[in-house]
Amino acid sequence: MLLPTLRRALAALLVAAPLVAQDTTSRGVRIGLTYDPGTKPGVVLLPVSGARGDSIRAIVQRDLDLGDRVNAIVLDGSAAQEAARASGPNWPLLARLGAAAAVALTPTPSGVHLAVYNVATKQTALVKDFPSSAAPDSRAWRAALHRISDELEEAFTGVRGISSTRVAFERGRRIWVVDSDGEGAMPVSEPGTPISPAWHPNGSTIAYASYLPAGISVLDLASGRSRTLVNGPGVFISPIFTPDGGSVVYAHGVDQGVDLYIASLSGGGGRRLSVGRGSDNVSPSFSPDGRRIAFMSGRAGHPEIYTMDADGTNVDLLTPLAFGENPYRASPDWSPDGRLVAFQSMIAGNFQILTINLRDRSLKQLTSDGRNEDPSWAPDGRHLTFVSTRTGSRQLWVLDIESGRTRQLTRGAAVRLPAWSPRLGAE
Amino acid sequence: MIRRTAVLSLALLSVVGLDACRRKVVQAPAPVAAGNDAQRQADSLAALRAKQRADSIAAAEAAQRAAAEQGTATTELAAVLTQKVYFDYDQDVLRDDARAVLDAKVPILLANPGVSVAITGHTDERGTAEYNLALGQRRAAQVKRYLTSKGVADARLTAQSLGDSQPAVQGTDESAYQQNRRAEFQPSGGGALVRPRS
Repeated sequence: MLLPTLRRALAALLVAAPLVAQDTTSRGVRIGLTYDPGTKPGVVLLPVSGARGDSIRAIVQRDLDLGDRVNAIVLDGSAAQEAARASGPNWPLLARLGAAAAVALTPTPSGVHLAVYNVATKQTALVKDFPSSAAPDSRAWRAALHRISDELEEAFTGVRGISSTRVAFERGRRIWVVDSDGEGAMPVSEPGTPISPAWHPNGSTIAYASYLPAGISVLDLASGRSRTLVNGPGVFISPIFTPDGGSVVYAHGVDQGVDLYIASLSGGGGRRLSVGRGSDNVSPSFSPDGRRIAFMSGRAGHPEIYTMDADGTNVDLLTPLAFGENPYRASPDWSPDGRLVAFQSMIAGNFQILTINLRDRSLKQLTSDGRNEDPSWAPDGRHLTFVSTRTGSRQLWVLDIESGRTRQLTRGAAVRLPAWSPRLGAE
Repeated sequence: MIRRTAVLSLALLSVVGLDACRRKVVQAPAPVAAGNDAQRQADSLAALRAKQRADSIAAAEAAQRAAAEQGTATTELAAVLTQKVYFDYDQDVLRDDARAVLDAKVPILLANPGVSVAITGHTDERGTAEYNLALGQRRAAQVKRYLTSKGVADARLTAQSLGDSQPAVQGTDESAYQQNRRAEFQPSGGGALVRPRS
């Protein structure tokens, strides 16, 4: 739900400020709103009434903060009291806090009522009801609040938030998922040897590989049941769904190297795509339009990133061929906007996360602390999750590539191979 | 007569008696009526039984020795069959030491056609989990290819990668990495292993 009126008002407010950066005009960025931290629109979440009011406010406030697109202004005690005293928005207070907008959330018997106020015009910019019958503090209840957060972000910036997403990963020989705010981590597969989870475009199923016994399986999240898609002798690695959701592309090999294959979800087994001639070809990632596949290949003698057409033809080396000691580029993930491929590269004896721009092949190193691996893009195209050893054990971290802000997503036993989900609908 | 009967009974008893008992009877003083036919018959019968018993003990001991030798052979041969081979970083090329280890397995496999071997390929932890699974597969397949080139039937060998999931040793130095870059061998079937004829 876009809110042109509010966005125009916010844009006017920002453009009016003398020190505001100029419109970057890149795709997805609205006029007058840039991703410069100094120009993020200030938003005040007004105190929420009711027994769960503080929880509701904390969850949405945190979502807006983690989204990195708006400045979720924290009210200190006296400001909160002052705001709560007013029957409607306290305009002088909001102006003093530098807020461009204020958000009022009101629990109702059937869900949550949302009102958004434009501080500059002192008018109501958005009113909407979010029905929810979920029990307070349940996963569905939190999910309903995340949807409110995502709609708010879309109203403020034109880009829907990523609060209603989850990250799948491997931990202790099971597939786990965790909400994008770090809450609700739980195993979703039976114990076994599952690795490399990948989300179906509709978010309802996860494909994964196993190595003992070897095969590719598809896990239905609602029922918790897995079914084997392909198996047999040799090795099965790194499945991903095709963008249309109808097939899985994966790596497989027995005696003659490892190549990329495609298998339909409706059966019929696998068909080979890549021609590796005995080399290893793994870790595929589709371009958003589904026409190209980035993958890792050892065909040049060491691991590098390549791209090819979805039918396996027109292979190109993407990463500039490196020389020196043990060059090693791997784990490509194509960004949702199609502009970048994130990958990991051996730098000074450790893996680090980089992006390569598909237009000019310019490289950008995003990490330097510890060993950093397995990047996976959020659907907003500006957040990445990856595995890092920066605090000792292998944990998932989230990086905002625009601001460089980094946060830890998982804690506890070591994890690997994260996959960020698409935006998830109501459960 | 009563005494003779007693001696005969004792002699007969001795052939079914315990080893120590037998020795006691043989070493006992000669019976009073040594020239008696019945006594000679009894003595020769006792000697025959004693010899039969000694022979059966020897046979049993020989069988035991053979079984022990067979057990030793099976243990020795299994140790050769399960000896690991090692690889260089990011390589599936068989080094000279790896070829020597595989060459020692070949005659045993050829002499024991009922034996199958599951070959698993492993890597150190340095690469990515996904690439390491591919690399481990390449190593297992390379080993299998070498063995089949030496005449071991393809159907007796399986090659499977476990990537970096089962390190032989923990550690983050080259010594640990080297021990983890390996292929392992799990023989099955065929019963006791026989030595190849040299």
